[in-house]
Amino acid sequence: MTDVLVCIKRVVDSTGEVVLTDDGQAVDGRYAGFTTSNHEECAVELAVQVAGATGGQASVLTLGDADAVEQLRSALAVGCTAATHVEADPARFGPADVAREIAAVVRDHEAAGHPHDLVLLGNDAADSGDFQVGIRLAYELGWPVVNGVATVRVEDAPDGQSVVASGDGPEGHETYRVPLPAVVTVLEGGVEPRYPTVPGRMKAKKVAIEQRTPTAEPIGPKRVRLLLPPPAPSNVQVLGKGADAAPAVVDLLEQLGVLAR
Amino acid sequence: MILVLVETDASGAVEVSREALTFARDLSSAGGGVPVDAVVVGPVPPGLREQLEAYAVRTVHKADGEGFAAFSGAAWAAAVQAAREAAGSVVVTAAGTPRGNEVLAHVAARLGVAMAANVLSFGGLSPFVVTRQVVGGAALEEMRLDERPAVFTVAGHAVEASPAPSPGPADVVECRPMLSEADLVARVVSTDEPEPDLSGSLKSARVVVGAGRGAGSADGFADLLELTDLLGASLGVSRVVTSLGWRPHHEQVGQTGSRISPDLYIPCGISGAIQHWAGCATAKNILAINTDPDAPMVTKATHAVIGDLHEVVPAINAEIRRRRGA
Ligand SMILES: Cc1cc2nc3c(=O)[nH]c(=O)nc-3n(C[C@H](O)[C@H](O)[C@H](O)COP(=O)(O)OP(=O)(O)OC[C@H]3O[C@@H](n4cnc5c(N)ncnc54)[C@H](O)[C@@H]3O)c2cc1C
Ligand SMILES: Nc1ncnc2c1ncn2[C@@H]1O[C@H](COP(=O)(O)O)[C@@H](O)[C@H]1O
Repeated sequence: MTDVLVCIKRVVDSTGEVVLTDDGQAVDGRYAGFTTSNHEECAVELAVQVAGATGGQASVLTLGDADAVEQLRSALAVGCTAATHVEADPARFGPADVAREIAAVVRDHEAAGHPHDLVLLGNDAADSGDFQVGIRLAYELGWPVVNGVATVRVEDAPDGQSVVASGDGPEGHETYRVPLPAVVTVLEGGVEPRYPTVPGRMKAKKVAIEQRTPTAEPIGPKRVRLLLPPPAPSNVQVLGKGADAAPAVVDLLEQLGVLAR
Repeated sequence: MILVLVETDASGAVEVSREALTFARDLSSAGGGVPVDAVVVGPVPPGLREQLEAYAVRTVHKADGEGFAAFSGAAWAAAVQAAREAAGSVVVTAAGTPRGNEVLAHVAARLGVAMAANVLSFGGLSPFVVTRQVVGGAALEEMRLDERPAVFTVAGHAVEASPAPSPGPADVVECRPMLSEADLVARVVSTDEPEPDLSGSLKSARVVVGAGRGAGSADGFADLLELTDLLGASLGVSRVVTSLGWRPHHEQVGQTGSRISPDLYIPCGISGAIQHWAGCATAKNILAINTDPDAPMVTKATHAVIGDLHEVVPAINAEIRRRRGA
C-alpha cells in the first residue's frame, strides 16, 4: 500500500498568445484560460497507477489562488481521492517557498496519522520553469529525489518498499531504484493521462478539500519583471491563395534548388 | 571566480557546456576578468584539458572515482560544492540541460541560495540581474541573484560557443568531495542502450514537409506524403498530430521533438506555437501553407500560401509532376 502525494500548479494555458499582467509580474490568464502542465498530468496519472497497483491512495496538492480548486477537482476526477489546497497568490511564492509549504503539508499529514510514502511533482512548472521545487522539497524532508523520469512504479522488497523510476539520460534509458519515502519529478511521455469519466467528475465534486494557509511569509521568486520577447517583424511573401498558387510555389522550389529529382 | 560544471561525452566537452563556458567568460570580462574554473565529474575524455585551455579555463577540478561511477544528482552536487570551495567561486553555472538544471538545483538547495534556470543574458552586475526563459520560451523573466554564490544555468544557444582570444594553460586538480550515504541513495542502477534514433533523416533533411492539425485525420496525409516523396524530403509533424496518434512520435518537430534546420521547411496546417517554433526556428526558408493568414507560422515564414492544404498540396504535386513531364 503506497500513499502518493502529487503536486500540481495551476498555470495559464500558453499554447496561444501569451499576455502579461499590467504589473509585469505574471502571465495574464483572463483570455487564455488555465491548465496544468503535461508533466504534472503525467505525474497525476502515475500517482493514480501506483496507488491502484499497491492498494494505496493518491492525494493531490496545490498552492494557488482560490480558483486553483478547479485543477484539484480535475485530478480528483481521474482517481485522486483527497486534495489539499494551500491558498496563496502563487506569483508571490518562489520555488524555495513552495517547497517549504509542500514539506509542511507532508509533515502535518504524517503527524495526523496519514504519512505519504512518495511525493510526485512535475520536472518543471509550465510558467515559471524553475526546475527545482522537487529537489528543494527533498532536502526539506531529508528524502532522496529522482529527477526527470517518465515511468514510476513501486516494488515490495524484503526491507520495505522502493520506487523504480526510469527515463532518458544522456547515455541511454536510465533506471533508479530508491527506498521510500522519496520524491520523484516526472517528465511527460511515459504514460498517457486518462480522461475523466462522468461518474469520476461527480465523485470529484463531493470530495472535501483540505484548506490551508501558508505557514510562513514567502521570500518570493526574486522576479524583477516579466517581459515578452520582441516581436519579430513579418517579412512573409505571400505566393497566392489556394490551388492557384501552385505554379508560384514550384517556381520557388526551383529557385531554392530543392526540386532535383 | 566563476565555476562552470562541464558535461562531457567521448569527444570532450559537449557543445552546450562550451556555450556555458563562453557565457562565463563574457561575465568574467564584465566583472574585471575574474578566472573561470571548470568542474568535470566522472572520467575525463582525452583532449578535454586542451579543449578547456582553448576556452581559457584556469583550473579543471576533476571528480572521478567510485562515487561517480553511476549518476547521482546529489553526488555531482557534492563535487560542484567541493570545487566551489577550492576555487572560492561567487558564481556557479552549467548548461541548461536536464543534468545541468538538476545538479545546480541540488547545489542551490544545499547552499540555501536561489537558482535561475535557462538564463539568456545578464544585465547589471550589482545587483546581479539575469534574463531567463520562462513559459517555454514565450516570455522572459528578469531575476535578481543577490546571494553568493549566484547559481544559474545557461539556456541552450543563448550564446555561440567560441574559444577565447587568448587561451592559457590550465591546471588539473583532483576534487575529492566527502560523499555521504544519502548522496548515493538516488543513483542510476542501470542504463540501457538508447533506442535507435529513428528521427535521423528528419534532423539532417534538406527539405522537410510539415503537417499539423490541419491535416484533419490520420487519413489526411496522402497528399503530404506524396509531396514529401516528390521532393525527397522528410515528414515532420506537430505534437497535436502525434498526440492524436495520426503519426509516430519520432516524426515530431519542436521543443519535445526533433530540432530541424533544413534549407526549406513546408509547414502545412501548423499554427506555429512557440513549442513547435523551437524546433524549426533555424530553417533557412519556411513556406507556410495555412488557411489563416494571421497564424504565427505564416507571419514568421519567409513565404506562404493561404488556403486549404487539401487543395494546395495536390495542386503543387500536380504542378511538379507536370514540369517533370510525368
Ligand atoms: C510543454 C509543451 C511542449 C510542447 N512541445 C511541442 C513540440 O515539441 N512540438 C509541437 O508541435 N508542439 C508542442 N507543443 C504543443 C504546442 O503548444 C501546440 O499545441 C501544437 O504545436 C499545435 O499543433 P498544430 O499547429 O498542429 O495545431 P493547431 O495549433 O490547432 O493549429 C492548426 C493550424 O492549422 C490551420 N488549418 C486548419 N485546417 C487547415 C487546412 N485544411 N488547411 C490549412 N491549414 C489549416 C489552422 O489555421 C491552424 O493554424 C508543446 C506544448 C507544451 C505545453
Ligand atoms: N504552486 C505550486 N503548487 C503545487 N505544486 C507546485 C507549485 N509550483 C511548482 N509545483 C510543482 O513543482 C514542479 C516544478 O516546479 P518549478 O521548480 O517551479 O519548475 C511543478 O511541475 C509542480 O509539480
